Amino acid sequence: MNPASTFGIVQPAFSREGACSLCATQGPTRNLNDMMPLIAANSLGEYVLESLLYWKLPGNESIAFTIAALIHVVLILTFFGVAPLIFIWLERKVAGRIQDRLGPTRVGGRFGWLQTLADGVKLIQKEDLCPADADRMLFRMSPYLVFVASFGAFIALPFGNGFVVQNLEVGLFFMLALMSLEVLGVVFAGYSSGSKWALFGGMREAAQVVSYEIPMAICALVPVIATGSLNLVEVGHFQAGGFWNWLIFQNPFTFVAFFVYFTVATASVKRAPFDLAEAESELVAGFHTEYSGIRWSYFFMAEYASMFAVSGIAVFLFLGGWYDGVGIIESLDRFVSVNGCGWLGQYSVNVIGLAIFIAKGTSLVFFQMWVRWTLPRLRIDQVMMTCLKYLLPISCVLFLGATVWPLFLYSLPMTAKQTDVRPPMGNRVYNPKPAAVKPSEKSHSTSHPAPSAVIIKEGSGKEA
Amino acid sequence: MTGHQFLFWVFAAVTCGGAIAVVLTQNVVRMAFWLIVSLGASAGLFFLLNADFVGTAQLLVYVGGTLVLLVFGVMLTASGPFSKMQTRPGELFLAGIVAFLLLGLLGSSVCSVDWDRVVASTNAGQPITTHHALNQGYNRPEEGNTGHPLGMAFLGMRPDRDLAPGTKTLSTGYLLPFEIASVHLLVVLIGAAYLARAKRRIHPNES
Repeated sequence: MNPASTFGIVQPAFSREGACSLCATQGPTRNLNDMMPLIAANSLGEYVLESLLYWKLPGNESIAFTIAALIHVVLILTFFGVAPLIFIWLERKVAGRIQDRLGPTRVGGRFGWLQTLADGVKLIQKEDLCPADADRMLFRMSPYLVFVASFGAFIALPFGNGFVVQNLEVGLFFMLALMSLEVLGVVFAGYSSGSKWALFGGMREAAQVVSYEIPMAICALVPVIATGSLNLVEVGHFQAGGFWNWLIFQNPFTFVAFFVYFTVATASVKRAPFDLAEAESELVAGFHTEYSGIRWSYFFMAEYASMFAVSGIAVFLFLGGWYDGVGIIESLDRFVSVNGCGWLGQYSVNVIGLAIFIAKGTSLVFFQMWVRWTLPRLRIDQVMMTCLKYLLPISCVLFLGATVWPLFLYSLPMTAKQTDVRPPMGNRVYNPKPAAVKPSEKSHSTSHPAPSAVIIKEGSGKEA
Repeated sequence: MTGHQFLFWVFAAVTCGGAIAVVLTQNVVRMAFWLIVSLGASAGLFFLLNADFVGTAQLLVYVGGTLVLLVFGVMLTASGPFSKMQTRPGELFLAGIVAFLLLGLLGSSVCSVDWDRVVASTNAGQPITTHHALNQGYNRPEEGNTGHPLGMAFLGMRPDRDLAPGTKTLSTGYLLPFEIASVHLLVVLIGAAYLARAKRRIHPNES
């Protein structure tokens, strides 16, 4: 927790990259000479505490952070509920159009936009069945397990510049870890249903997800090598400016890694053509054959939310995060921080970033739907072969290539001046020294020596 | 009671309760479920200590990896629909003795430590280091900015020691143990693949 001395003081904020909103979590160094005033809150919790103190309300840190946590939970739950609502409608429309139908047209006036809500009401009314052969406790628990795992991943997913519940230093790792827990709920559902179809679905899911996690993590590491950070907000800041700064165009390996990652991510959220766990034509409905009503819909909420989560990771790792690709957000950021528009100005820029991020994530989700309704389902042996014989070696080669690439560039005589062996992102951002390399200049940072080399020199000098 | 303490008690109770439930359950898959609860709550304890990396690794390795394999193995090998583990009284007795001996050992070693002195000597609650190279992540060090120091330590350098002002030596870091462990795992993986592969031999004389 911060010392109380920083609360309630309107303090000049830091450099442009640090000029985040109220929700933001910021670095330790604060450039007091910058022009933009900002409430000195690192997080929503501190902001709530400040407000409590300001309005002379009773409250201490625990109460403030509880309120902040509740606000975060409500916001994420809302997103978690509304996004599947829209995605399921979108899925039906996309499926309809691809199959030369109209999809839902009536409910809610035009376009059938309330169809999912009607379905949801129907699902809540349905009887909550539990088969006689089932292991009751596990059968009832597993939808919650899937739901919680998928929901937990959103804790570390930034929705914009600083719009993140918990800006973990290992945010990407955390998201991948929590989404890997989803498979446990599916396996339990398949096992505890007491049905052969469900058991097959659960086993297929376990085999598939456990194998696909490996290339997924390795592919996610390829852009991480380029940025040197697992913090998704840092990775986002790295891609400021034009689309040529996006990590997908960072080097040839990240370019290929994006497509491999997207394939693997589609498989890891068990979407067609990799939806073997619920293959309707073979297994009735796979692991959720025996489920009905609201428990059944938890699986689907989790599935659609996970689709957005993996797409969000892809957007942050490859497609520029909340940056628009033509420099609008960046120039707005600069305008706000130079003209001193206060936290409201910065906040509005962040909201625009939020919209851009959600649009990018949604278009990737749309792409997953497009793939689903275009390609036929693979056989289970083909799924495993694709992963273990092709995607895993490819991702290992990409990982190796991404590691060697900066050294390779460094060794070439014509590019030795233009590139440096990049240090971790943390050394460049929030550096109070004037020599700090801003993310916008990262691709043409010519004048600075490689700070990692400096660190090495420092160490070896001390040794000598 | 502050929020931190409250959360600590919640997570600690869930960890212990889950562990007890693992022992008391007889159904293997339910045991796995309670193990998830217990291990997940202990990951929560790590997060409460701002050890983000360790907590996440706990989730990924134990909950997401080991338990999935356990359940998978049970599903593949179970003969009946829901396999039970029956323990005989003798086994229960022996296991109880071993468990209580271990508990006594752990309890006595915890009690024999002068915790006030340990806390004072480790600067608990202080940032992991004061060196500038580590304070430049996005998070403040007391919020669990452990990613960069851990990564550098795995690469063979301890930033909290080697980069501290006045340090003249380089410590070894964790590169060698890490590599030994990974080579060991690779050997196990290859061995498992060799043992598990299909033993089909093509006999040209037959058929």
